[in-house]
Amino acid sequence: MLEPNKYETVVGLEVHVELHTKSKIFCGCSTSFGAPPNTHTCPICLGHPGVLPVLNRQALEFAMKAAMALNCQIADVSKFDRKNYFYPDSPKAYQISQFDQPIGEHGWLDIEVNGQTKRIGITRLHLEEDAGKLTHVDGGYASLVDFNRVGTPLVEIVSEPDIRTPEEAKAYLEKLKAIMLYCEVSDVKMEEGSLRCDANVSLRPFGQEKFGTRAELKNMNSFRGVQRGLEYEQIRQADILDSGGIVVQETRRWDEAQGKTFTMRSKEEAHDYRYFPDPDLVRMYIDEEWKTRVRASIPELPDARKARYTSELGLSSYDAEVITASKKLADFFEESLGYTKDAKSVANWIMGDLLGYLNSGNLELADVKITGQGLGEMIGLMEKGTISSKIAKTVFKEMLESGKLPQQIVEEQGLVQISDEGAIAAVVDTIVTANPQSVEDFKAGKEKAIGFLVGQVMKETKGKANPALVNKLLLERLNQ
Amino acid sequence: MSITVKDVEHVANLARLELSEQEKEQFTGQLNAILKYAEKLNELDTDGVDPTSHVLPVTNVMRDDVVRDSVTLETALRNAPDEEDGQFKVPAVLE
Repeated sequence: MLEPNKYETVVGLEVHVELHTKSKIFCGCSTSFGAPPNTHTCPICLGHPGVLPVLNRQALEFAMKAAMALNCQIADVSKFDRKNYFYPDSPKAYQISQFDQPIGEHGWLDIEVNGQTKRIGITRLHLEEDAGKLTHVDGGYASLVDFNRVGTPLVEIVSEPDIRTPEEAKAYLEKLKAIMLYCEVSDVKMEEGSLRCDANVSLRPFGQEKFGTRAELKNMNSFRGVQRGLEYEQIRQADILDSGGIVVQETRRWDEAQGKTFTMRSKEEAHDYRYFPDPDLVRMYIDEEWKTRVRASIPELPDARKARYTSELGLSSYDAEVITASKKLADFFEESLGYTKDAKSVANWIMGDLLGYLNSGNLELADVKITGQGLGEMIGLMEKGTISSKIAKTVFKEMLESGKLPQQIVEEQGLVQISDEGAIAAVVDTIVTANPQSVEDFKAGKEKAIGFLVGQVMKETKGKANPALVNKLLLERLNQ
Repeated sequence: MSITVKDVEHVANLARLELSEQEKEQFTGQLNAILKYAEKLNELDTDGVDPTSHVLPVTNVMRDDVVRDSVTLETALRNAPDEEDGQFKVPAVLE
């Protein structure tokens, strides 16, 4: 049982993000995803003797950019170290990583949970190489190794133990993902493994300063998985503490299907990595001029955009948060604003019709053809009275599917709103004549009868009549 | 600082080496002799000297982010102990 207010949960996250360079961090092999196994390898990434790794400048600059966007101090001098361990996913029996001189330290990011903003510290961000991919076969007695991923550049981002709830952990990951996407250093696809997360979690009685014994959770393959894994672990540890037991420091594996965590290894077997400076790679000196140049390449980040959308454009905090969580969506929003000044209307269409359509089909913005220009122009046509809001729905759907601009759709499908009083009055006349019963009902005080008549006029004009005009002309006609 | 048989066992385990009792004794002695020799360095005054992480006076050696040809699958697998479906096949190591 997890009684409220009995224990405080303390969480720190270690996140690995693949940097989307074209080539690997220390050799020229391609980093593209999905190639046949072991076709993106060479003597360097396969760890053959006598080869010499050379650092990919772009990988270092992406790491600097990510560290800066996370408000880290950037090292003046940095170096690579060897992290030694035997495991078949690492052909060299060591991983080139960074030990005591990471690229960035002392950063932070802000999250928002339940309307409260909270700052989460970032201990460090360092650059390292990814490992290969193992598939277990022969009933678990053998493994197949694909070394395509070996040498893909990664940044490891370690948070301070500032996170207190599973929801905060999820919010942290979402913000981190957004920042990485804005910086365009990674495509951050958890399902392709380009963002991976481990969590250190412990409980302590409320008011106690000393941290409890922690478990390290691995194998959480989605943001939802991280949240669920932490929720499970909270209850598991609370149960142990409630019954007077002691939480063992260990690594635990999250099993998504079973919704439980299981022991992987205890601290007794913990690794002794024997880090030492990699003699193959020379030190990196990062001067102010270089830092300034990289810093200048960082675009406006989600928090800044959100603040601008709420203060200057009048969006609600919630709408601004949702729209800025994805750079593509925020860019789409801003593109629309080049064609209409009505930011709130653009936001409403995005929050309602666009995201509704994407979520129901489990689609991304890139999967539909509508452009920001299309949405902006469509709202412009509504403002001018060329189309009604009802017609706009039809136009919007057509834009999602064909990507055509609204003017073209309106012309091709003859959707222009009828705002000619004479034309509408003629239809009103016909409808009133054809429905004497409804007219009588209305005159007898049944106000609802007018709704039927409006509907008939709209039907007759295939939805194109200006609804306000229809109402006005009908009332005039009926009150004659 | 001196190395004990326990230290040798620990390092041997990390290196996945299986040593006989006699070898453990032998390496304990040898490692101690090596460390004792290296201790001579302590006679130098290194205050104000940065730790050496690299012996060459070279920094910032980097390459452009350009893809170059990888080796063929056949070449990549030439030193594989065993293979299956274009992959290296190894005994499972379960953590």
